[in-house]
Amino acid sequence: MRAVKTLLASVAVAAGLSGAAMAEDKTKVGFIFVGPIGDGGWTYEHNQGRLAVEEEFGDKVETIYQESVPEGADAERAITQMALAGADLIFTTSFGYMDATIAVAEKFPDVKFEHATGYKTAPNVSVYSARFYEGRAVQGHIAGKMTKSNIIGYIASFPIPEVIRGINAAYVHAKKVNPDVQFKIVWAYTWFDPAKEADAAKALIEQGADVILQHTDSTAPQAAAQEAGNIITFGQASDMSEYAPMPRVSSIIDNWAPYYIARTKAVMDGTWESTSTWDGIGAGMVGIGEISDAVPADVKAEAEALRDALGSGEYHAFTGPLNKQDGSAWLAEGETADDGTLAGMDFYVEGIEGDIPSS
Amino acid sequence: MDLGQINPLLLLASLMVAATPILLAAIGEAVVEKSGVLNLGVEGMMITGAVVGFAIGVNTGSPAIGFVAAAAAGAALSMLFGVLVLYLMSNQVATGLGLTLFGLGLSSLIGKPYEGLKAPSMAKWDIPVLGDIPILGPILFRHDPMVYVSLIIVAATWYVLTRTRAGLILRGVGENHDAAHALGYKVVRVRLMAIAFGGACAGLGGAYVSLVRVPQWVEGMTAGAGWIALAIVVFASWRPWRVLLGAYLFGGITVLQLNLQAAGAAIPVEILAMSPYIVTILVLVVISLRGNHGAPGSLGRIFHATH
Repeated sequence: MRAVKTLLASVAVAAGLSGAAMAEDKTKVGFIFVGPIGDGGWTYEHNQGRLAVEEEFGDKVETIYQESVPEGADAERAITQMALAGADLIFTTSFGYMDATIAVAEKFPDVKFEHATGYKTAPNVSVYSARFYEGRAVQGHIAGKMTKSNIIGYIASFPIPEVIRGINAAYVHAKKVNPDVQFKIVWAYTWFDPAKEADAAKALIEQGADVILQHTDSTAPQAAAQEAGNIITFGQASDMSEYAPMPRVSSIIDNWAPYYIARTKAVMDGTWESTSTWDGIGAGMVGIGEISDAVPADVKAEAEALRDALGSGEYHAFTGPLNKQDGSAWLAEGETADDGTLAGMDFYVEGIEGDIPSS
Repeated sequence: MDLGQINPLLLLASLMVAATPILLAAIGEAVVEKSGVLNLGVEGMMITGAVVGFAIGVNTGSPAIGFVAAAAAGAALSMLFGVLVLYLMSNQVATGLGLTLFGLGLSSLIGKPYEGLKAPSMAKWDIPVLGDIPILGPILFRHDPMVYVSLIIVAATWYVLTRTRAGLILRGVGENHDAAHALGYKVVRVRLMAIAFGGACAGLGGAYVSLVRVPQWVEGMTAGAGWIALAIVVFASWRPWRVLLGAYLFGGITVLQLNLQAAGAAIPVEILAMSPYIVTILVLVVISLRGNHGAPGSLGRIFHATH
């Protein structure tokens, strides 16, 4: 059935793209999305960035997008279709599109590609990501302060460095304010599957978690937490403010618009170059959603101070002393993690139980 | 690892909730296939049921009316399929797949204004007396009404298919439509009714996801449950009680693997995550090895009344 579904998705893409009109004078910007634009999280925010590009450049730009493109082999075909449709710049907005983006970029040297959250570049491929782990540190702080059962549930998606960084950053800061805290981690192996995310949240709640952190894209865990009552959650990728003030007490908001506008401008001006961008709270790519009144005022003030310190650069989310899970030393007192280690992070910090599945 | 953290009562109770959407969709599809029609549009009808059920549920404040509307929407969409394959004699596989694509698109169109809204909550039935029985009470008798409705539908389907004349005719049409036609049975009419029933059940299954299990509307939220339902029909050899078994097995393993992960079981997560699919594939292989699949003889074949 999967094969049939994939086949169908291809037909849909071909049909959708062939309908797109060609306009030579306009700069055509394409977007490949991993979920639907109405997911309320990750893809929603990327689409907001796309709309901001349209808003900024008006008639000079035309945007096209393809939703719910599966990661893996099918992505290559979808990206190729978009390049064939005349896109000048293509944003591929999920980690799993990495190899496909590189492969298509080789075939279309005149098209510029931008791959989100990956690490492979080429002369016509840039990578960009946000330091979500800074936001995770703030979440960890609030979670550690707020939990009464000392069990924090974490719905993880895929075992890739970005997700592992998030778990580590949240754990380090929860542990710092609450030495008894324990993380229960469920790997959902999906970015977007509301029913499964809801089930994962329920399983964690049934096992005593009273804080749920999620690295999946839908609002389903928020709804599950609300139904269970007395559980707190954090918006993921998007503010998810419809669940405030409880269960959602804060959020990480991805703000791609300034980057998308800048890169589109660079293509128009002919100044586009392959770059690696990794911005955080300071540059505004990561926003911390309003901390709701469900959080005590002192905890809120601490969290905001932490946010500001991360933003100004005076504090790094991974500051030593920190050991790896196996007890070996990682960062000495006062030492901060370098970007290379963070980009390829494949280990838990000391204190987290369980193994990282091999990706 | 501390498996003691997993509460088996809660686990079994959440198994029933997790399995209900695929159970509903699968039992409907089983009837459709028993009548000799293969409708691959289950996913499309489910997602349409999910969005219509949610929209009507939100607007009326009543989940019950939402479910009724979802069943009606699923049936209406299936009629589109029915007219195409029965009267215009289009290819069932292609039409069914088209229905899924259409349903996904239609649902996201209808669903736009409903994103981020909350569903009216459906009260759980805490059945007095029965709900207080130790062990069995919390597992079986403290669910929302739709769990029981799904079980009643399975029982009724079994009864009608195996114990009534109507069921015999439906099976006859599915086994050999030419013979049934020669005997004077209205093949097209029987199939149309079966397709409508399948659509209504898929709609209910979808609405269960959006109104009870998640509960909210998110685009694409059924995320392939319709395809699992199709696999479960084959898994069950087209028998109603086996459909129930298959759906609960699949739902059970899905919930169990999440619980095992949360409890920190020393089983590799990859194996846990793929276990529901592996088990489904294994059972399908075993059934194929046994040779007799029990597939209706006319399944997927186009019926020309003029033969």
